[in-house]
Amino acid sequence: MKPAVATNEAALIARVLRGEKEVFHELIRPYERMVYVTIFAILKNETEAEDGAQETMISAYRNLKSFRGEAKFSTWLVTIAMNEARKRLRKAKTAAEDSLDEPKDDGEGDYAPAVLTDWREIPLAALERRELKEKLRDAVSMLPEKYREVFVLRDIEELNQEETAAALGMNVTLVKVRLHRARMMLQKMLVPYLKSEAPARGGFFRRWFQ
Amino acid sequence: MNLECKHVWEQISGYLDKQLDAEMLAAVERHLESCEVCSAVLDSTRNILVLTADDRTYELPVGFSRRLHERLTAVIGGEGGG
Repeated sequence: MKPAVATNEAALIARVLRGEKEVFHELIRPYERMVYVTIFAILKNETEAEDGAQETMISAYRNLKSFRGEAKFSTWLVTIAMNEARKRLRKAKTAAEDSLDEPKDDGEGDYAPAVLTDWREIPLAALERRELKEKLRDAVSMLPEKYREVFVLRDIEELNQEETAAALGMNVTLVKVRLHRARMMLQKMLVPYLKSEAPARGGFFRRWFQ
Repeated sequence: MNLECKHVWEQISGYLDKQLDAEMLAAVERHLESCEVCSAVLDSTRNILVLTADDRTYELPVGFSRRLHERLTAVIGGEGGG
């Protein structure tokens, strides 16, 4: 996102509401990817995600006057996107579909990650592999929904805890608990595909290493 | 504070998000120094998050933006006063 776009957001919204409807295109341009990816990560269906993203933007246009400016515009938009994804998930869901059993409670209770004693970090080459990305997308789509929603907003969209809590209508503590669960479940599902082929190179992990 | 492995696993998310308090952080780091199993769990989790945040893991379909704006134009244009 260009900083100028964020700075001008309130002004753009005001212009749309005053009747300069075309300005809406400019307003949402920085968030196209966020909206699509959020819905896709929940549904894992390109057609549904594209249609859902369009519906999200249309809904945002029609309801723009109800945007109060207390939340960030991006958080407001992602909330609409999440609701759109949920609606479509309900529609698509069949009895047999949930592929993982829901854990019994939300406490930070017993779970064990997959343990590898001969672990080394994944080399850059492995991270680049397309199959690994596909495995990750699959694994995310297999998370129980309540964990998937938190993971999508925190680790895919990189919203902060407060924004995630606001978008999902829950408190920050629950966001933390569910995010941790989601990450541990993914670790367990993905470890078989993450085995290293060579020692890692330094300096690649820009976000997670200082 | 001496931690067992399973207690370290509970802290992994907080560790990666830099949310542990000083005492817990020190205890986790002390454990990680001598425990390959927990270091492996940490590294694998971190690597998954690196991959997750990679823009190429989730990509927009070709033509997505054009189709979106075409549809918006149709909707906005069709709704008269807005």
